[in-house]
Amino acid sequence: MNFTIEVNNQKIEAVKGETLLDTLTANGIKVPTLCHMKGMIPTGACRICVVEQKLTGKLITACSYPVEEGMQILTNSPKVTESRKTIVELLLSNHPDDCLYCSRNKNCELQDLAETYHVRERRIRGKKNTHHLDLSSASIVRDPAKCILCARCVRVCDEIMNVNAIDILYRGSKSEIGTTFNKGLNTSSCVNCGQCIMVCPTGALTEKDHFPEILEALAHTNKTVVVQYAPSITVSIAEELGLKAGEDLNGIMNAALRKIGFDYVFDTSFTADLTIMEESAELIHRIVNGGTLPMITSCCPGWVKYAEEFAPEFIPNLSSCKSPQQMMGALVKSHFAEISNLKPEDIYSVSIMPCTAKKFEGQRKEMTQKGISDIDAVLTTREFVKLIQLFGIDMNNIEPQLADSPLGIRSSAGKLFANSGGVMEAAIRTAYFKLNGKEMVNFKIPPLRGTKGCKTAKIQITEKLEIGVAVVSGLSNAEELLKEIKNGRKDIHFIEVMACPGGCISGGGQPINSNEEALKERIKSIYKIDEKEPIKVSHKNPEIIDIYKDFLGEPLSHKSHDLLHTSYAKRDDVIL
Amino acid sequence: MQIEEILIAHKDSEKDSLIPILQEIQESEGFLSKEAVIRVGKHLDIPTSRIFGVATFYNQFRFEPTGKYHIQICRGTACHVLGSSTVLDVIEKQLKIKAGKTTRDGLFSIEVVACIGACGLAPVICINGEFHAKVTPEKIKQIVETLKNQNS
Amino acid sequence: MTNKLEKDKKFLIDNLLSGKPVNANIENGLAEFKNDKITVPHIYVGAGTCGLASGADKILKAVETYLKEKNITAVVIETGCIGLCSSEPLLDIQIPGKNRISFEKVTEEKVADIFDKILNIELPDSKILGQFKSSKMLSWENVPFIHEHQFFKKQMRLVLKNCGIVNPVNIEEYIARGGYAPYLQTLRKKSSITVCDEIEKSGLRGRGGGGFLTGKKWKFAAGTESDQKYLICNADEGDPGAFMDRAVIEGDPHRLIEGMAIAAFGIGATKSYVYIRAEYPLAIKRLKIALEQARDYGLLGENIFGTGVNFDIKVKMGAGAFVCGEETALINSIEGKRGMPRPRPPFPAVSGLFGKPTIINNVETLANIPGIMENGYKTFASIGTEKSKGTKVFAMSGKIAFTGLVEVPMGTTIREVLFSISGGIKNNKKFKAVQIGGPSGGCITEENLDIPIDYESIIKAGAMMGSGGLVVMDEETCMVDIAKFFMNFIQSESCGKCIPCREGTKRMLEILEGITKRPSNDNTYSALERVNGVIQLEKLSTVIKETSLCGLGQTAPNPVLSTLKWFRHEYEEHIFDRKCAAGVCTELRIFKIDVNKCTGCTVCAKKCPSGAIIGGKKTPHFIVQDKCISCGACAEACKFDAIEIL
Repeated sequence: MNFTIEVNNQKIEAVKGETLLDTLTANGIKVPTLCHMKGMIPTGACRICVVEQKLTGKLITACSYPVEEGMQILTNSPKVTESRKTIVELLLSNHPDDCLYCSRNKNCELQDLAETYHVRERRIRGKKNTHHLDLSSASIVRDPAKCILCARCVRVCDEIMNVNAIDILYRGSKSEIGTTFNKGLNTSSCVNCGQCIMVCPTGALTEKDHFPEILEALAHTNKTVVVQYAPSITVSIAEELGLKAGEDLNGIMNAALRKIGFDYVFDTSFTADLTIMEESAELIHRIVNGGTLPMITSCCPGWVKYAEEFAPEFIPNLSSCKSPQQMMGALVKSHFAEISNLKPEDIYSVSIMPCTAKKFEGQRKEMTQKGISDIDAVLTTREFVKLIQLFGIDMNNIEPQLADSPLGIRSSAGKLFANSGGVMEAAIRTAYFKLNGKEMVNFKIPPLRGTKGCKTAKIQITEKLEIGVAVVSGLSNAEELLKEIKNGRKDIHFIEVMACPGGCISGGGQPINSNEEALKERIKSIYKIDEKEPIKVSHKNPEIIDIYKDFLGEPLSHKSHDLLHTSYAKRDDVIL
Repeated sequence: MQIEEILIAHKDSEKDSLIPILQEIQESEGFLSKEAVIRVGKHLDIPTSRIFGVATFYNQFRFEPTGKYHIQICRGTACHVLGSSTVLDVIEKQLKIKAGKTTRDGLFSIEVVACIGACGLAPVICINGEFHAKVTPEKIKQIVETLKNQNS
Repeated sequence: MTNKLEKDKKFLIDNLLSGKPVNANIENGLAEFKNDKITVPHIYVGAGTCGLASGADKILKAVETYLKEKNITAVVIETGCIGLCSSEPLLDIQIPGKNRISFEKVTEEKVADIFDKILNIELPDSKILGQFKSSKMLSWENVPFIHEHQFFKKQMRLVLKNCGIVNPVNIEEYIARGGYAPYLQTLRKKSSITVCDEIEKSGLRGRGGGGFLTGKKWKFAAGTESDQKYLICNADEGDPGAFMDRAVIEGDPHRLIEGMAIAAFGIGATKSYVYIRAEYPLAIKRLKIALEQARDYGLLGENIFGTGVNFDIKVKMGAGAFVCGEETALINSIEGKRGMPRPRPPFPAVSGLFGKPTIINNVETLANIPGIMENGYKTFASIGTEKSKGTKVFAMSGKIAFTGLVEVPMGTTIREVLFSISGGIKNNKKFKAVQIGGPSGGCITEENLDIPIDYESIIKAGAMMGSGGLVVMDEETCMVDIAKFFMNFIQSESCGKCIPCREGTKRMLEILEGITKRPSNDNTYSALERVNGVIQLEKLSTVIKETSLCGLGQTAPNPVLSTLKWFRHEYEEHIFDRKCAAGVCTELRIFKIDVNKCTGCTVCAKKCPSGAIIGGKKTPHFIVQDKCISCGACAEACKFDAIEIL
């Protein structure tokens, strides 16, 4: 039902059941928000979205108030402006004045509000709460001093991720976001997905900085510094560099990385192809030999830790394949070292990932060979953009180059890993070929595309074999599906799980405050690559064929097992 | 009662039993241990972070044991008007600890509590559940001395 | 004994079912419950929390020892509080044939003497509060009647009717005095909507603070379709200085249960909760016993007395959070969550506990319901003023002669409550103000003492009814300190969810602390800072009031605004003269050493924590004012009385 309401003395259309904020936004009237999260029940905590009821002069919060017919609202009255300004000043009175040293400088909602509401003097002063930095996690740094208690991180961690590593602790002005017993994040059930960072309005949550180590390695001349980048990176940095969102910058990026000083530039999409080779073989093996089904992908380190913490009964279902990052890491310090005549300890291996959990994954003890880590440092997309800026590289004025070979050529199937559903599509292509000896007629599987949290399909692999597949992203969606399986659901044989909603394209290491349009552009860009490129299947990637011929033998071979596979174990969700 | 017995008594409890269960555990153990928090989380299928969040929200819950004599000082308005802050001062000085702490010998702990509702007899303190009305600095000194002597 | 109880129970139930007033059958062996016709002495000890705090348990022990020693058969009853806390412990004795007589401020030593005399029908030499009037028994000569006592004379006790008089955990006694009959009559003869209607017409308004029409509130939930509705009794009496809810539950729990049962029928709720503070262990204990008794009588449970109505009550203990007095925070707390308020709308009457329609009423509101149903809504509506009906219970505390509970018709003036009922200011000091409405309210000063007590008049005077705590302050109370006290309270009880309340109250408290503290280097600039602080206080107050999420934040600045309005001069005195006339703000004291008295013993210099005292051995010492933090350690340490406070 539609009706009109009056806003700032003008009539606008409203739909019954909407909140005032929905209506105002739809009509192009901006109202600031801090605690509001799209699609979630409003909590009304921050009060910054107050608007004035014209008749009574009362202030109400736009985020939680339902529109009523005939309502009269003022969104910019002196009372509204003064109230919002005071709220911002109150936050600032308990906020460290260190914007220049903050990683969110110029990308901070509190800073924006202070600017918008023209805060020019310290009108309200007082004692600031003292807090300690939490540097305990391998992926995420918490600085409670900068926290404004909007609790968006808590809600993401609970409602989207079902992890509940953090909650609001204590009361009143002593309130703080923290873990059980308010200990370091490393003692908690945190899966390092970084979605909390993505929703944090200030610098209270950031990734663990690997920047200095990398700069040092680059400066260190006797180290060979190699870099790999995840499939999603090439389509995720454009808007940060002033280019069109979603644009694929693969070639330019290769050139830029060399300019920065990386000795070798590899493409993680190559090991994505390798993952597909191993994983599809594993799937076929499990189906043929009656192994544990459904098989579940293990390339997302957030999901893997979630399984270890919350779903240990599904650990046998996890594919034993390492993630593409770790396969690349393992190959660089073995095969590549060998053919390049390098000692593994002289190689510094960097990866650029859309993900904070990859930092955790890189330092797992399973991911080492003879005490040497396969991956030495992991940069998020955000850090990578800063690296480009630091080295003063003009991305508009640079000739594209190819990645290094071997380990640099990919099929478009490997590239699909960026999108939720991509691993599944790529794996089905190769499994189909292996079982039928011929390619699929149509590679595209539409029900597995898009940003829906849970997508399923039935795939006729051979005349006799139909398998059920499911693709979930957002760990609470994964939890739902696992529950169904525990309760006896039998029609699913293979599951792709990505911790972040939508997959790596919206990973916890991606640029903050990207709008939905940019995300859609990234997804589109990936599928466009798949559309236009000739090699659409992992098993036709010439370098994949070579590496099996020259080094690995065949999928699931002894060597593969040594280098490319691993195992996982149950964890306690809280460490005392 | 042991934690397990309390949980057995709450066998089919829903998540809204969290606070009563924590209250019963504290009643029996004197405080909420880390193990208790984790155990309750498993029982009710509530994340421990949430339990800790809930428990730290309310004044009642403690995470450390109290002294043998737990002295609660009412901070209601009537008590304040009639000098409860002086009473608190005196106790703190006498025991050489601040409110919220326990003496090293584990004998005394002090807690400032919300209005006990005995405003007509202000200022009021409560030691191990026993009320003392219209206390004065002299009276409180005497009470504490007596308890000390009983234990020396 | 058991047989007799069963017989009594059957008789009482039959009576309730017959619809005849129980009073009519009082001769029928039931008089004992009403205590008109007793065969052995009945002894009543006021054993509410206040009584126990004053030593009622010792009196009880002394009584038991006496009875045992003398081998006397008697009935000893622990009652709730009659309302006169300052006279506790109270000991009442009723011997067969004689009026019940009440002794005040009894000590255990006096017990034996009192009994020796009374059992001998003589008056002991102990302070007598008065005797209870009755038509069937003999009076004590020269003993005033309790209802003529200054404290009780002008009161109208509807809610407190039974408090301190009956055995609170004896359902028979409650029924014998007419209890539960209104409930059963309601169930059998009235529809839900009639109940809501009658309560609305009675004019009863919520006694917990806001003063919303109770019947109207019920109708919101009654009119919402749902498979489950809830009633919650808010007994989270967190206002420091209010204790009427505790007294009602301790003294007459069945009245609350009956009120809840009627309310639940009105709104169509079958499940309900009493959310009660954990700080009230005695109230919780008695309420639980009373609930068991009501279940045993079939007054709670399924298909109550064959009417097809189901209803039961669960007790949920609060865990210590003032904000849980706020409806939506209370709901979160019952659901096992952090007690943080939710935005409204949706209102609890539409979507409350577990998302179902929920009505929340406070104890006093619900305790009014049985009386309204018993005597008819018109009778209730005839009491009080045009817009505020019935009576209101006030909790008197602070610098007042009689502390305790006072129930008066709405419209009574505050002066009457303070001076003619509660005996005026203690120790003949001068009245300064009375704080009404706790941390959300404000103070009433001399010029407003003659306003009638009703919701609107009190708001007009800059305060609010709240739950009815009256804390009286005299000339020795510092109003800046009171403002600081409430701000401190609110600040530490703020849930922290919304920014204005969480951060704003902290800043306000800091400003007040700045005013009442002497900084080490005080100069004109810091005086200016303090003035700015006060201006800031007013500005912050407006934003906090207008933007906070819940009632706690929206009313948090009230005590500051109210004291600023009436006692601005005290603020100015603190700011400019650095003086607290009442002598409460100890950190403003200026200490000086009398050179004539000082022997130069150096003890004070050693004790001084800030090194502010200088002087050589055996020469008079001197305090460096810039360094002094006004802690008073020197004055305490000086054996020669040489340190004076200016």
